Amino acid sequence: MPRKLPETDVVLVGFGWTAAILAQELTQAGLRVLALERGGWRDTPTHFPPTVAPDELRFYWRKEMFQDNARETLTFRNNTGQMALPMRRWGSFLPGEGVGGAGVHWNGQTYRFLPSDFEAASHNVKRYGPLADGLTVQDYGVTYDELEPHFDRFEKLCGIGGVAGNLNGDIQASGNRFEGWRSSNYPNPPMEMTFAQHRFAEAAQALGHRPYPAPSANMSRPYVNPLGVQLGPCSYCGFCEKYGCGNYSKASPQTTILPVLMQHPNFTLKTHNEVLHITRDSTGRRATGVVHVDLEGETYEQPAQIVILCAYQLHNTRLMMLSGIGEIYDPRTGEGLLGKNYCYQVVSSVDVFYEDKFTNQFAGAGALGMMIDEFNGDNFDHAGLGFIGGGYIACWTTNARPIETHRTPEGTPEWGSAWKKAVAENFLKSTSISTHGASMAHAANHLDLDPTYKDVHGRPLMRMTYDFTANDRAMTAHLTEQARRIGERMGGREIRVKPRQGPYDSMPYQTTHNTGGTIMGSNPANSVVNRYLQSWEVPNLFVMGAGVFPQNAGYNPTGTVAALTYWAAEAIKTRYLRDPGPLVRI
Amino acid sequence: MGQHFLTAAEKHCLDALTGRLIPSDEYGPGAPEAGVTTFIDRQLAGFFGRGDRWYMQAPFRDGIPGQGYQSEHAPAQLYRRALASLDAFCRATFGGRLYAELETEAQDELLRQMEAGDLSLEGVSAETFFGLLWENTIEGFFCDPLYGGNRDMVGWKLVGFPGARYDYRDVLDHNGAPVRLEPVGLMGGPQWRVD
Repeated sequence: MPRKLPETDVVLVGFGWTAAILAQELTQAGLRVLALERGGWRDTPTHFPPTVAPDELRFYWRKEMFQDNARETLTFRNNTGQMALPMRRWGSFLPGEGVGGAGVHWNGQTYRFLPSDFEAASHNVKRYGPLADGLTVQDYGVTYDELEPHFDRFEKLCGIGGVAGNLNGDIQASGNRFEGWRSSNYPNPPMEMTFAQHRFAEAAQALGHRPYPAPSANMSRPYVNPLGVQLGPCSYCGFCEKYGCGNYSKASPQTTILPVLMQHPNFTLKTHNEVLHITRDSTGRRATGVVHVDLEGETYEQPAQIVILCAYQLHNTRLMMLSGIGEIYDPRTGEGLLGKNYCYQVVSSVDVFYEDKFTNQFAGAGALGMMIDEFNGDNFDHAGLGFIGGGYIACWTTNARPIETHRTPEGTPEWGSAWKKAVAENFLKSTSISTHGASMAHAANHLDLDPTYKDVHGRPLMRMTYDFTANDRAMTAHLTEQARRIGERMGGREIRVKPRQGPYDSMPYQTTHNTGGTIMGSNPANSVVNRYLQSWEVPNLFVMGAGVFPQNAGYNPTGTVAALTYWAAEAIKTRYLRDPGPLVRI
Repeated sequence: MGQHFLTAAEKHCLDALTGRLIPSDEYGPGAPEAGVTTFIDRQLAGFFGRGDRWYMQAPFRDGIPGQGYQSEHAPAQLYRRALASLDAFCRATFGGRLYAELETEAQDELLRQMEAGDLSLEGVSAETFFGLLWENTIEGFFCDPLYGGNRDMVGWKLVGFPGARYDYRDVLDHNGAPVRLEPVGLMGGPQWRVD
């Protein structure tokens, strides 16, 4: 029997970005907040100072910052005709574990989704007619206009560097003219660009595009955020994504919120405590708390007035399934919503090799890049193209970590002397253009529980059934062709096009942008949570994170995840606390 | 420094294998000279070799390539079985000679067959072994020298990677000109060698 603990007002499951934001907001509102994190404590001086952080083998290849696969992983297959097998180690995506979650080891590329992204179904149907067969694309149920102040708050919390493209409706020449209106400019200027970005910008401009600096959570100058927390200027060391920043230069829960939150008397954090399931009362309509287990195997029942799932998208979805809240989606019948609309990100690249120019890509940062948005979302006419959605095209200089990044020209052997020669000759003289495409929801792609494989506690693993859709294959082919055109104009000796083809492969790293499974929407028949991220079925249960995206847009998700969190926090503070119950009544 | 797993015979075979993957040539030292075998030995002796952070629960089945590593053997045991099987195969096929004793052309051909999945080795998938071997060879060639590979920073010097440096702000405005910096590792410069 779990040992029963004293009740708290709010229990947060997981302690990454969304939990840190909610804990800060809800303790300020006077609530007692407890966060349960299954990983350990992590901070800059103790876990990734500059003398420790730049270690490629330890942090990426031995995966020190990521979830331990031995305890829990997921199984994967491309379609229901195959047997799903466990991802015995991480590959295509890297879920975090420990305080700060994946917010510690992200790159810091921080976007707002386009206004039309939030209305992907109605917008596209209106402009292009009915969606293609099998697409289960939906509107979010919340609009860009409603989220704008919350995007703004997150950008100021993080000290995002960038150039506005639309200030209160006034289009700014040097920013992204396609972006939704913003109530104020970015709090910091953009990063300092290097040779590769200059060449990309010139080439894109020559093709009639309007390149602009990518918005960055790596500090372009010293910054003090609205909570009074200081961040230091980025030193462009080239160890961002997959690494903790030793320099207090990358926005993370640790560098923006925790120095204030950890001192708050109403806030408690318990690390190395994994939540096993959500408990409910006899009606099933009210969460009574959670059951969690510590490293010694002792279980606890933690009662709470409000339960908020703040773990990674995959874990939030699985925790709902293991708690029996809601019906699991079945692709054969179309019934059930939990696990529905699992989406990812469809990426490709074009490498550019120079003969006598040096890109010196070791001098870089996670969000150092120039980009174009002409082919993102519905920024272009899709008539006759056979797909909806799009993505951005960017030239990043993020790193030259050599185990991971050693580009070779087309036709280079995979190993041996010729490989070695090609790596030596091209290492400092190459760059890459990335396309970062949307992923549209499809009836065949979903998450459910695996019938065979179990976690360390003996519970079923999550099973992922996913492949690229016809829509997304057409989309990525279109984006890759645009990137190829730019690459050819960047003045290199040659290019190498790396399109996204064949079935989805769960092993090569692509992005940690998994979405869907606990989708938001306008009514209980089409979604797991309402527009305030509140469970339709259990109104004192809220679900944060990219699991609520009905489909994924062509941008990195963190900015939108955070804006939705602030939006939900405001609804809880201003409405739910006054009148606990459903915030949307049908 | 570091724990050991491999026998002398296994190291001999591994030197030969990694020496074909990244040979010593006119561009500089290859994998054996960079300490890749030492690196792999230490890795196999530790949590990586034991598969402590991999999901190693049964059942084990052959998957599609997109499902990744599905061997029932954690890395250390995969190496042990594959190296033994490879040498047994060579002895039987090449008149009693070990892999390390073959001509380089024959060694390369065997590597190509393993890579393509065209070689059957007793009790182990040659293709899976090749994938892990190549991955660990690159790691050992380019990792921080702290781990026993990239000895004298030969991997970093080959490509011009300056290593674990803190601050590149002064060189950002290079405009395509070379930026040559002596590499440094977490323990210091290349001359700070601890064996």
